[in-house]
Amino acid sequence: MTFLIKGETETWEVVIGLEVHAQVISNAKLFSGAPTDFGAEPNSQVSFVDAGMPGMLPVINEVAVEQAVRTGLGLKAQINKRSVFARKNYFYADLPQGYQISQFEIPIVGEGTVILDMPDGTSREVGIERLHLEQDAGKSIHDLHPTKSFIDLNRSGVTLMEIVSKPDMRSPEEAGAYLRKLRSIVRYLGTCDGNMDEGSMRCDANVSVRPTGSTELRTRCEVKNVNSVRFVMQAIEHEARRHVDVYESGGDIQQETRLYDPNKGETRQMRSKEFAHDYRYFPDPDLLPLVFDDDYIERIKATLPELPDEKKERFMSNYDLTAYDAGVLVVEKETSAYYEDVAKGRDPKAAANWVITNLFGALNKKGISISDSPVPASNLGKLIDLISDDTISGRIAKDVFEIMVEEGKDPESIVEEKGLKQITDKGPIEAAIEQVMADNSDKVEEYRGGKDKLIGWFVGQVMKQTGGKANPGMLNELLRKKLSP
Amino acid sequence: MSLDDATVRKIATLARIDVADADLAPLAKELSGIMNWIEQLQEVDTDAVEPMSGGTDMTLSWRKDAVSDGGHADKVLTNAPEAHEGFFGVPKVVE
Repeated sequence: MTFLIKGETETWEVVIGLEVHAQVISNAKLFSGAPTDFGAEPNSQVSFVDAGMPGMLPVINEVAVEQAVRTGLGLKAQINKRSVFARKNYFYADLPQGYQISQFEIPIVGEGTVILDMPDGTSREVGIERLHLEQDAGKSIHDLHPTKSFIDLNRSGVTLMEIVSKPDMRSPEEAGAYLRKLRSIVRYLGTCDGNMDEGSMRCDANVSVRPTGSTELRTRCEVKNVNSVRFVMQAIEHEARRHVDVYESGGDIQQETRLYDPNKGETRQMRSKEFAHDYRYFPDPDLLPLVFDDDYIERIKATLPELPDEKKERFMSNYDLTAYDAGVLVVEKETSAYYEDVAKGRDPKAAANWVITNLFGALNKKGISISDSPVPASNLGKLIDLISDDTISGRIAKDVFEIMVEEGKDPESIVEEKGLKQITDKGPIEAAIEQVMADNSDKVEEYRGGKDKLIGWFVGQVMKQTGGKANPGMLNELLRKKLSP
Repeated sequence: MSLDDATVRKIATLARIDVADADLAPLAKELSGIMNWIEQLQEVDTDAVEPMSGGTDMTLSWRKDAVSDGGHADKVLTNAPEAHEGFFGVPKVVE
């Protein structure tokens, strides 16, 4: 799983830390009563607070606080009962106040941990440095006018949680696993919808490299606003290779902010570099310290759902699933609930196989999510029942499943309609065997002459003769008996 | 502590305030005066005092998560030097 870059002179290791901006699910904004819905008419969701009008005062939204604490608890992090808002000063057209209200020295959430589930079934920990609350900025649109940029302030003042990891990741795969896990956790908690396409989860990657074996931290570059997990992984790889090239050609890396261009597959320097970041943070005089007590934290803790890590543990111990299968099933709350409905009172491993291999395959092919599945959990359960009580064979079950996906019908009526019931009577199976043997007396001789491998061919022929409906166990047993000299 | 002209120029740039060259020296003197006053305050021993973020002993009051504002793009845009189709119009800023 190690990711190393082989340079001309040395082998290099990548050091990655991620800053994720997660938009908090709430009705109103962090410091105003304007709504937060995505895709509204421009500037229709803007209060004078969000527009930075003089004399307007921010008042904090209680749900924004609760969501931040809830997320902190989900990250097994330290919750700070007293935190302070600060002004981060910078000049940009979509920031009407001229500063962003954020948290600097004392954030609402301190250090925590995220456990990564790697594709090979192993897991590893990544440290969380902090989580703080801040306002989102407005949106600039550059392609509606030849000489003007257009500004929409609907997003201005919406609550963000900035979640900062420690520089604990060592490969693009780990960064991808981290983002997927974080998304899974906030979705379980209901604190952020995790939708990277709509920008409700955005990621900046801090990347540096060092020779393998070294423990130094070299100068890092920040790659800004990459809007999908795949692009984050690509951006990190390109940026790391750029660092290696620079170092190996005798150069030095300057700390700077860069943009990833997915079309060209490269990162480039941002032009605003001349305004080297000097945010002049200071405590916001409009806002008193944010304070709550242990009772408040306990009350939120009592409402936390079972989170993916605990669920994965439970699936492994209760259902005897592999780490990989359990990990795949718990990514989305909806998937794990579906799985548990199917597994209830049935063989949990068979249920996992059907959900992961067949159902996921069908959903992927159709490009739909599990909540829109044409096969409800109750029907997939019934299908498994039909296999276990020998009504149909496993092979026929796959055909029945295909029909369930296409027509949305329940498996019993499909089996009934199409006459797919398994043949478990001795008579018809024996008749089919005798027919096949009569038609292929040469093969029978060969088998009896010692060519054991032909048994597979006979099974196939008899199966075909019965339209795939013969009970495989009985077929095997009867066939061997008949074939033996 | 005394600020030089270059530092004042940098502060003015960060704050987007247009300062004429002739005003740099007088401003440097005034700002240095403020810095000196803060230096004087720093002589007070505050080791046993918790840092405060304001002059009162109050904490933040919270608001319900209810929509009570918005829906008046026209008013938001009233003072805008330029507006197009419900947007603010500003000089092109492309990264």
